[in-house]
Amino acid sequence: MSDKLAIGGHEFESRFILGSGKFSLELIKAAIESGGAQMITLALRRANVGGEENILDYIPKNVKLLPNTSGARTAEEAVKIARLAREISNSDFIKLEVIRDSKYLMPDNYETIKATEILAKEGFVVMPYMYPDLYAARAFVGAGAAAVMPLGSPIGSNKGLCTKEFIQILIDEIDLPIIVDAGIGRPSQALLAMEMGAAAVMCNTAIATANDVTLMAKAFKQAVEAGRTAYLAGLGRVLDFKAEASSPLTGFLEG
Amino acid sequence: MSSLSINSMEYLEGMERTDSDILEKVISCTQKYDYSKYTADDVKKALIKTKISAEDYAALLSPTALPYLEDMARKALSQTQKHFGNAVSLFTPLYLANYCENHCTYCGFNAENRISRGALSLSEAEEELKAIAATGLKEILLLTGESRHKSGLHYIGACIQLAAKYFSAVGIEIYPLNTEEYTYLHECGADFVSIYQETYNTDKYAKVHLKGPKRIFPYRFHAQERALLGGMRGVSFGVLLGLDDFRKDAFSAGMHAYFIQQKFPHAEISFSTPRLRPYINNSVMSPNDVHEKQLLQVILAYRLFMPFAGITISTRERSGFRDHIIGMAATKISAGVKVGVGGHNTKEKGDEQFEISDSRSVRQIHEMILSRGLQPVYIDHIRI
Repeated sequence: MSDKLAIGGHEFESRFILGSGKFSLELIKAAIESGGAQMITLALRRANVGGEENILDYIPKNVKLLPNTSGARTAEEAVKIARLAREISNSDFIKLEVIRDSKYLMPDNYETIKATEILAKEGFVVMPYMYPDLYAARAFVGAGAAAVMPLGSPIGSNKGLCTKEFIQILIDEIDLPIIVDAGIGRPSQALLAMEMGAAAVMCNTAIATANDVTLMAKAFKQAVEAGRTAYLAGLGRVLDFKAEASSPLTGFLEG
Repeated sequence: MSSLSINSMEYLEGMERTDSDILEKVISCTQKYDYSKYTADDVKKALIKTKISAEDYAALLSPTALPYLEDMARKALSQTQKHFGNAVSLFTPLYLANYCENHCTYCGFNAENRISRGALSLSEAEEELKAIAATGLKEILLLTGESRHKSGLHYIGACIQLAAKYFSAVGIEIYPLNTEEYTYLHECGADFVSIYQETYNTDKYAKVHLKGPKRIFPYRFHAQERALLGGMRGVSFGVLLGLDDFRKDAFSAGMHAYFIQQKFPHAEISFSTPRLRPYINNSVMSPNDVHEKQLLQVILAYRLFMPFAGITISTRERSGFRDHIIGMAATKISAGVKVGVGGHNTKEKGDEQFEISDSRSVRQIHEMILSRGLQPVYIDHIRI
């Protein structure tokens, strides 16, 4: 059975997206290979084209670059960075981030929606990073996003799916790939997101700061695959609290 | 002539007044801060918390916390990794000029000191910038002494425009400006402003800043706020550790940064930690001397209180200290540093402000960062 992730006219076998911001660059290639990632994000502000330690030199050519607009504080700034990113990455894919808070790095849905609308009209494949709010997600659909990327918990926190219930609502209601981004700290959390029906999972800190980066990337690959398979298989009946009473509750009815 | 008759808390003509309550808040916190009252239990409690409050921060800066440096370092390491991963940014300062109108008793650049003075011409500045850019660096900090007359706003603006041709990130460490002047320099291409209050003890401040505009405490204090209002993206805080009671000063600098971040949530906040070194073999050692242990305590306390803030480690410190502090707490390190005016590709035109302890080149610092399993980052900013 073919089960590919389709975004912006591209198909991906892998549903594991690797972030690159916190790595030692020499480990990125190994993480991509053992994680089987086909998409890797890249902060444009870190791209040192033609200079020292340019991250682009470490990313295999067959991997899709997903530049992000990290550093943008307004829709206008994000649009400018996205246009620069298109020139450098030679791709229409953009992971849109608009952040106006240096403490928690929470995404500003409102500004991000405005930027999505502008960029989608310019032909970008827009993948906005968002706080999982249903109204915002609907607005992203209306603005022309190719996927939405709700956060599981604050970025870098490795706390997992703090927003689980709200991400589930997006999965149930929004007809776009829901890619869980930020906060995934363990393979088990990635597995849970996939089991819930997320289209893909993105992860950075948990792998970059693991003792063995290569091995952890592999663990995430396996977790994402297992979660996806479980979702496709359809979870069996799981009882909520305790075993059900064996005698019927409605046996008193007459007739 | 000294200007001691000038009230250091009163603005001079031409200095913009900032409508802000942050000064009162910081001074009030500082006055109340009694670091002798904290117990080992307070320190231990702070160390197991996920979020460090101002009171926890106060405990971590107390002498009681000194025996817990190892625990603080472990917690700091995990916070630094969480927020910055393996990344360590590189930059270098460029001294454009060393003219100064202030008389600060602790500084070699002070107006009363007969040192060799100079300023780079624009063509010399460009030569220097090119030479620095050739080392691979993409971030630069432009410095002048504090002289509006000798290093005027438009001269600095022109230097920033030149720097913006070669560098992604341009910071300035110059005399404090009014908001619209910051806007002008931001439009020229600067995004980051470093201003150090030196000490938050207003009495001490008046005693060591004898002359010149720097004598005016509140104008300097509100510089970060004006810089952000003027459109700058990031501001840096710091005190000259050892000038006064370093524990109180570090506490104040942290609270100053905290209140600014509350008011300007988008601002990028960072700290620098310069220290006045204790005299070697000085028979009268003061408990407030800042040795490496105390310096580390301050740096770790900044990291734990503000885990998202950048921390720069000065070339005044020896290489062995700097190499260990990156990754653990510091996120930015200078390389290929010269503290005279010019000297990268032009003849040095003025004397140095202080002696540096780490003269390693960009390449050497780069290799050191890699050897520690960290990632040298040359560029982390887009000028928009």
